[in-house]
Amino acid sequence: MTLAAQKAAAVQADLKGRPVYQLRGVSKHYAHGHIKALDTIDLTLREGTFSSVIGPSGCGKSTLLKIMAGLVSPTRGSVVLEGKPVTGARRDIGMMFQQATLFPWRTTVENILLPIEVRDGRAAAKAARGAAEELLNTVGLKGFEDVYPTQLSGGMAQRAAICRMLVTKPSVLLLDEPFSALDELARDFMNIELQRICLERNATAFLVTHSIPEAVFLSDIVYVMSSRPGQFVETIEIDLPRPRTVEMLVDPAFGQYVNRIRNRLDKGAFV
Amino acid sequence: MSSVSTDIPIHADGETVFPDTVWEEEVAFIDRIPRPIAMIGILIVFIAVWQGLTSFGIVSRIILPTPWETAKDIVFVGKNLFSGGYMLEAFWMTTKAVLMGFVYALIFGFSLGILVGETSFGERAVLPYLVAIDTMPKVAFAPLFLAWLGFGIASKVALAAFIATFPIVVAVAAGLHAADDNACMLFRTMGATRWQTLFKMKLPTGLPHIFTGLKIAAVGVMAGAITAEFLGGGNGFGELIRVAASQLNTPRVFSLILYLSLLGFALFWSVVWLERRLVFWHSSTVSGINK
Repeated sequence: MTLAAQKAAAVQADLKGRPVYQLRGVSKHYAHGHIKALDTIDLTLREGTFSSVIGPSGCGKSTLLKIMAGLVSPTRGSVVLEGKPVTGARRDIGMMFQQATLFPWRTTVENILLPIEVRDGRAAAKAARGAAEELLNTVGLKGFEDVYPTQLSGGMAQRAAICRMLVTKPSVLLLDEPFSALDELARDFMNIELQRICLERNATAFLVTHSIPEAVFLSDIVYVMSSRPGQFVETIEIDLPRPRTVEMLVDPAFGQYVNRIRNRLDKGAFV
Repeated sequence: MSSVSTDIPIHADGETVFPDTVWEEEVAFIDRIPRPIAMIGILIVFIAVWQGLTSFGIVSRIILPTPWETAKDIVFVGKNLFSGGYMLEAFWMTTKAVLMGFVYALIFGFSLGILVGETSFGERAVLPYLVAIDTMPKVAFAPLFLAWLGFGIASKVALAAFIATFPIVVAVAAGLHAADDNACMLFRTMGATRWQTLFKMKLPTGLPHIFTGLKIAAVGVMAGAITAEFLGGGNGFGELIRVAASQLNTPRVFSLILYLSLLGFALFWSVVWLERRLVFWHSSTVSGINK
């Protein structure tokens, strides 16, 4: 066990909650082991916690997310979700990407119901329309059910994508830089929305991001990742009260966390 | 800069007066002509030049009939067509060949396109052969189809389908590659099957490409059917044109081509109509060929 991994284990031992995701010794090598995109990653996500991984471009954080989602196989190691090994795409995972990826030939509500349509057929999707409308209502998109996505703004489209992710009631949310294509104002707003949704549902979430303030704002734990080999070099527990507010962005305690992560990234993560 | 500011007149009381800078944006004269007038104008110029060529004896009347002779023949052929004469039968024959050719082209085009676009087997092993055949002048295959399928409608359908298949294959394969990685990942996380991913995501995403290919195919299928009728006889419109041309009945050739173009128009615009219904969400449909 590396020093960082020991630290991670120590931090997580303090947190309560049932383990939802467990990764042990996950590595991903390319070019016959010459490129170590990920090197012996250990990670436990506990129920109801929000974790983030932050690191420079190309450090392997997106690869980590794909391995967790069962889209890519690790070279070595074990990924377990809800007690079952992940050996392929899993339907109990909700995922979000930088792009909303709404399909323009479907109305907003049809887009949200797509996962149900794929899983259980058209009739089931039709029956779930009420639930989808309720979801849209909670993210402030009431009245946009039958609007086509080309008429939605970037922030509205991402809110619809949140609804699509939630409609199947997944046990874990994997978020791949979901708001990094949005402007600053929309982004702050979306972070508050996301926090509210996660708190309401006691959701277990894992976020990949480039933004240090975003990671601190949303997370219970932030993992700082280095590149080549992709490893967790520091695990930082964010001990700020919830729900967090925009005012806290200028709080000294918030700033200290941001600085600590920034220093860690400057020092080692880019080497 | 200072010279600019001194050009602005300053009143005696020291107040600057800013001149109006509202000015006429230039639009070329030719772009200001209203559309109906522009279109009718072109037609009038065309007919005038045509009339000139014939009445001044620049081109022999045997080769190029006058507009008036042609107009009379257009009316004659029209009467025959709309009263259900032998020309209508020929027209219907060609229409059948064109439509059947298009349907076969759709079946082969989509099947091969999906094979090439979806599987690396298709892309690596099948596509090279398709490209090789596509580079050949396909009309040259007409004698083969006639030898194999005889002088009936089958050989016309075959050549029409053969010509129209390739643009559909290329368009479908390209369309299937248009889906982005996130959309593919999203479908995988939803646990979608390969067919679900194909029909719910990849094909709809590729529709703008696919319709481009269908429009090319709609034009090609006409060319194929008529070429086969020129070469292989039968009872279609192509045969009527060939006979009229061999008798130097040029007004008839012109009027037959005009009515034939109606068939091509109908097919092409059916495709465009379908495109507008299905691809209403894409910018190419909104700003594409005429609104």
